[in-house]
Amino acid sequence: MINVEPEDVRNPSSGLLWCDRGKHGRYGDTAKIGEKSGRLGITLPPNGFRREIEACGIAGLINTDGKRENGERVIKMITTMYDRENGLGAGYACYGLFPELANKYCIQLLLDDEEAKQRVEEYFKKMALIEKDERVFTRAVKGMKEPYPLIWRFFVEVPQEALVGSASGKSEDDYVVDMVMHVNSLIDGAFCMSSGKNMAVFKGNGWSNEIAEFYDLADRYQGYMWLSHSRFPTNTPGWWGGAHPFNILDWGLCHNGEITSYGTNKRYVEMWGYKCTLLTDSEVVTYLWDLLCRRHQLPIQVASVAFSPKYYDDIAVLPTDRAKVETALRMVYGRAMINGPFSILVGTNRPKPTMIALTDRKKLRPMIGATDNGTVFASSEECAIRRVADPAEVWAPVAGNPIVAQVGNGLISAGMRDYFEQKKLVMEA
Amino acid sequence: MTGKSITIDAVDERTKSPHRYWILNEKIHHAANEGYKHIILKNVFGQRFIAACMEHTDLKIDIYGTPGNDLGVFMSGPTVEVHGNCEDQTGNTMNSGTIVVHGNAWDVTGLAARGGSIFVRGDGGYRIGIHMKAYEEQRPVIVYGGSVKEFFGEYMAGGVLVALGMKINGSKVEDVPADEVVRGSLGSGIHGGTIYVRGNVPERLLGVSATAEQFTQEDEITLRPILEQFCRYFEVDMERIYEMEITKIGPSSSRPFKAYYNARSV
Amino acid sequence: MPAKVEGIKIEIPSRFRVEIDRERCKICRRCTVNCTFDALYFNDERIIARHENCVACQRCAMKCPQNAITIRHNEMAYPPHASYTERIRRIGWEQASTGGVMLSSCGNDLEYPIIFDDLVLDAAQVTNPAIDPLREPIETKCFLGGKPAKLDFKEDGTQVHFGTKLPPNIVLNTPIMVGQMSLGSISYNAQMAIFKAAMEVGTIVGTGEGGLHPDFYKYGRIINSEVASGRFGVNPSYLKKVAALEIKIGQGAKPGHGGHLPGEKVSTLISETRMIPKGTDALSPYPHHDIYSIEDLQQLIYALKESSRYEVPVGVKIAAVHNVAAIASGMVRAGADFITIDGFRGGTGAAPRIIRDHAGIPIELAIAAVDERLREEGIRHKATLCAGGSIRYSADLVKALALGADVAMIGTPVLIAMGCRVCQQCHRGTCAWGIATQNPAYSQRLDTEIGARRIANLLHAWTEELREICGAMGIDSVEGFVGNRDRLRYVGPNPRIAEILGVKHAGEAWG
Repeated sequence: MINVEPEDVRNPSSGLLWCDRGKHGRYGDTAKIGEKSGRLGITLPPNGFRREIEACGIAGLINTDGKRENGERVIKMITTMYDRENGLGAGYACYGLFPELANKYCIQLLLDDEEAKQRVEEYFKKMALIEKDERVFTRAVKGMKEPYPLIWRFFVEVPQEALVGSASGKSEDDYVVDMVMHVNSLIDGAFCMSSGKNMAVFKGNGWSNEIAEFYDLADRYQGYMWLSHSRFPTNTPGWWGGAHPFNILDWGLCHNGEITSYGTNKRYVEMWGYKCTLLTDSEVVTYLWDLLCRRHQLPIQVASVAFSPKYYDDIAVLPTDRAKVETALRMVYGRAMINGPFSILVGTNRPKPTMIALTDRKKLRPMIGATDNGTVFASSEECAIRRVADPAEVWAPVAGNPIVAQVGNGLISAGMRDYFEQKKLVMEA
Repeated sequence: MTGKSITIDAVDERTKSPHRYWILNEKIHHAANEGYKHIILKNVFGQRFIAACMEHTDLKIDIYGTPGNDLGVFMSGPTVEVHGNCEDQTGNTMNSGTIVVHGNAWDVTGLAARGGSIFVRGDGGYRIGIHMKAYEEQRPVIVYGGSVKEFFGEYMAGGVLVALGMKINGSKVEDVPADEVVRGSLGSGIHGGTIYVRGNVPERLLGVSATAEQFTQEDEITLRPILEQFCRYFEVDMERIYEMEITKIGPSSSRPFKAYYNARSV
Repeated sequence: MPAKVEGIKIEIPSRFRVEIDRERCKICRRCTVNCTFDALYFNDERIIARHENCVACQRCAMKCPQNAITIRHNEMAYPPHASYTERIRRIGWEQASTGGVMLSSCGNDLEYPIIFDDLVLDAAQVTNPAIDPLREPIETKCFLGGKPAKLDFKEDGTQVHFGTKLPPNIVLNTPIMVGQMSLGSISYNAQMAIFKAAMEVGTIVGTGEGGLHPDFYKYGRIINSEVASGRFGVNPSYLKKVAALEIKIGQGAKPGHGGHLPGEKVSTLISETRMIPKGTDALSPYPHHDIYSIEDLQQLIYALKESSRYEVPVGVKIAAVHNVAAIASGMVRAGADFITIDGFRGGTGAAPRIIRDHAGIPIELAIAAVDERLREEGIRHKATLCAGGSIRYSADLVKALALGADVAMIGTPVLIAMGCRVCQQCHRGTCAWGIATQNPAYSQRLDTEIGARRIANLLHAWTEELREICGAMGIDSVEGFVGNRDRLRYVGPNPRIAEILGVKHAGEAWG
């Protein structure tokens, strides 16, 4: 028989007081890293920003008929894949939870304490119009060690006057991005978890079931799209801000894998004005989606081709026009190509609420899709889907080909056929 | 106890949550060591390593649900029948025994397999049968009824790998579209063993050192008993399989990378 | 995909010259039989040398009863050039000749700084007594495997209860283990000699990625089975009848590459043990195709633990690369009971020169970085840290332990003990000493008893020298020496290295 309790070996809490580590002393102590001070383990990582290796589980669902549901199903999905996490980070994103305030940016923050909240509030008052702000409901969870951060949300609107004077024709979105970058790099004790309209990210340092309980996601919120992520970081004891989903505006991103082209991608997005402060792969990927889809206006599936393009040998056998376009994408977006094993789940509100699931072109990370009764599911493992549904169709998408599902438009792409085969390509140049 | 069967529920009746895999596997090993020859697992949701390294040759395990990664890893003897889909790495480094899947089995099935058989009714993913190897009677066999994706049989050093391209739904059998049966980099780096694909395989799909060969009487002798087993498990008519020609793929050289290296010193 | 190339013959000066003292030579022709590189032949009159084939393995010279042979460097003059060195010019000619990737064996032979040689040791004086290793006990026993964070004791009246289940650990009599050298890269006789020596000394030996020959299962209790990406020889006995399991993610000589056994060395024996056709190249895949991310490594570690029913330690071996500390941390969190790091000078049976000579980082820095990171994260006790890759002699052993390694892993020194000259021809399969060949005519030259004796002597000598150093420092048990960086001082040119090593500069005092 077994003479060792595997639970003991795997549980990060056993023999290891994860809140008690760090070169800088005890967890929860305040320190300064770069320009910013904050509580270690909450709004700042305990041992400084370090490149993390991400390993994890992801699961998501979208009701393409727009029906809203609470978090029960997505929580069951992510917690079934317990072996993919190690208790040092998990998170959820919910889309559609604030229908009455749907046109205001909801900025949801992790804060060390009341003073940090004051600092953020002062900054927001200077920069924007605060429609409403409130404490985000949380409750103590047995096993999750204190201190817990203060979680707060602000519903803000960008005043028109603030944009008028801007020389480069800044949009509302750019303005909010700048605000978020400012908070994250310069306001002590504060970290923005999400900044999108009618969506919010709930994440932290704990097991996926603990985080769900902490925020009461099974009951409190209703959304037509839920994304979730459970983490297995290889570095430091986790920190609240380091969990996924990662977010900028309404882009929510859950990422499994490691980006070998990180150095190249980072320098590319920085050229376009994004600041990669957190040194995580997921940060770079989120900015790439924002850059290609929101700013460059590429259709979602075209952006996917840029991220996971075809091999030149395969482009060579395509019809001329398609070969030209696919080659152009590689030429122009070569530095945006995401190399290395990855499986990502992305949520966005534009043009309509959409869920995207994409893998790398060598298919080195798992992804399964399924449909059941108006809902489209995507997950690292089939068992997660089987626990909450008895789906009519289950499939694994082709490497580098996205599953795209949208409210009102159903399953737009199952990730099985080429985009330029699905749509008729009309060459204007 | 001998000859009797036992049913194990993979869901904890108290908490209604799936058992963690080591608890489920402990129950399975315990039952097998107590002498049960037939173990039935119900409500399996993603538990990994089921039947890992088990050497009981007269043991049958029936799985209802979705077994997790590494089903039958290092296994050497038992027969495992899955009534559902499998995840990745099914039959990883399998030594002997049989795995039958009434559903799909995704990526990296039969990685480094060295013996035994895996029969899958449905579809597969990437890198199936990668680095299979054989020696005399130790010969692994993997058969997929449906379609498979890139790198089928990468690095193959021995054994038999088959893709039939048939969508089997009860008694209804449809042919998978011709360009979806197998995909690129087929048998890339193959230096031993044989791959059989039902239907035509365009040359551009062949990987490094893989080459189409003449299907001979010997191949018929090798393949028929394997297909007979497949047909028995999934109730398919053998004639339906032979409605299309079977393409045979083997290594163009046993040392495809010999000229790649320079062994002299400077 | 590799391009098709056409080989072409080009004249290149030979590296060595075989000089035969004609006065002494009695034309017994023993040298022509002993040379396995076709550098000597008898033309019916006298012994003739084919200098261009000589690799300086010294076999002929050692076996000449008249001591008539000397091997010399070929003193051909090359026009001097500081950056286009002789070697670089030769590489150009070779590649123009074959179009091939340059292959070599053994460890990195380029001149990079050797940090071990910039470290000096402390000794106890006046304030602390030295201990005499000849007459007093100095213990070198150590344990390989994970340890719990603490032990549970509960007092209850007159009784005290001990309540901790210890995870599986192996006892080593000396903190030196033999690394992974496969049957295939070395001969059956060489492997048997190593197993015998380890049985006597009381330490473990790696099987390498060639599987375990059925004749060697009787050495199971000192065997560390390697599970590499090619999964050669991995069957249930290989996993259950041994002392430890080690997943090979990489090796120091070729980070990012898989194992490589050229077809010349895949004999009938190897074909049977590895289950691949005779004469084919045994190229292991670069990654494990079931490990593409850190959670997959956890999956394989637990597949092995489940398979061995949690009864043996399961470890992971990686090459020392830039991110080694973070990777090591991930591995320990993924459940590894021991981790082995292989530095960039580690040996190999065959590797492309471009990788062997240029990729990876020095093991000294890797040991310090990994030890530091694991302590920072509070998980140092969960895994034993083994390190190697050019631990050349006992001084390196001592310094590696002081930097933070629990166990030193050695490969090349064991081969040297058996007679290896480090001529870097292992990949060609014609080792004249019978060590790195599969040709039975050559491998029988290595007597397993004598080989075992020689290796055991080497390990004894190193252990005694370790005890000498510990004694000189006043430490009577090796646990007090491991990671004791205060007993080292740096005397090299780059203070940043001292900083990364966590070692003070010579001249700095204790406080």
